Amino acid sequence: MVVDSLDLAMAAAADPTRRAILARLAEGPASVTDLARPFRMTQQAVSKHVACLERARLIQKRRAGRHQICTLNPKPLEQIAGWAEGFRELWTANYRRLDLLLDGLADEEKKRRRPSTKPDRGGSR
Amino acid sequence: MTTNAEALMIMLPSEREIVVTRAFRAPRRLVWDAQTKPDLLKRWLLGPEGWSMPVCEMDLRVGGRYRWVWRRDDDGTEMASGGIFKEIVAPERLVTTEQFEQPWYPGEGINTIVLTESGGQTTLKQTLLYETREIRDGVLKSGMESGVETSYQRLERILADGGA
Repeated sequence: MVVDSLDLAMAAAADPTRRAILARLAEGPASVTDLARPFRMTQQAVSKHVACLERARLIQKRRAGRHQICTLNPKPLEQIAGWAEGFRELWTANYRRLDLLLDGLADEEKKRRRPSTKPDRGGSR
Repeated sequence: MTTNAEALMIMLPSEREIVVTRAFRAPRRLVWDAQTKPDLLKRWLLGPEGWSMPVCEMDLRVGGRYRWVWRRDDDGTEMASGGIFKEIVAPERLVTTEQFEQPWYPGEGINTIVLTESGGQTTLKQTLLYETREIRDGVLKSGMESGVETSYQRLERILADGGA
């Protein structure tokens, strides 16, 4: 099954630096040097992230002269989104219903605490 | 009042876990009630649109059993799960085992719910732990397979009706 590669892709995409690299590559191919530029880290550190993304098949690397050019492979990302999305929708729907229920419970409690919504208090007696 | 969707966070901290975190604008004791009282659970733990929860049995004591049955209203398809209460620390911690009656994964899951309250908000952290990574991944995928096409427009309508 694709479970292994998908799991790898999920782990790879869980890191913010790697997500930023993916976002950059979504705009078009870039060399490792280009990718390293916006980050305050050594090119070596960025290369490690790139290697991780490559292992997860989220990007492909090819050599162009002295440069390594990276390209995004969006397939596994689409799978990740699809997977998590079903689960997310399920719990989003459940918890939105719970929001409403909690609102209702809080209102009921308030009413119980002040049963006199009638303008009785401080009145005639 | 409109209920803004608070952010739902899903994390995979290890190979066998799913952690779902969500904040609720309500005191912890109410969130606890909604997690442990059958008549309340039946009103929200429904999954996809079009399902109801006709059976919700909760023998809320350590070692006690719970059993939940969901039914798809249009064709009567049923799904059931249940398990045992392992830890009950009201109103902050609930640990249960989970097993489906037509098991689509082997073994048991462990479901840990932790509620923390601060500033009138309650954060719910639900940790689902499975026996293997494959099962964990299967659960993540299941939302999609059961056809969770929750239409947000329909949801908005419900929210508008119910929240009025």
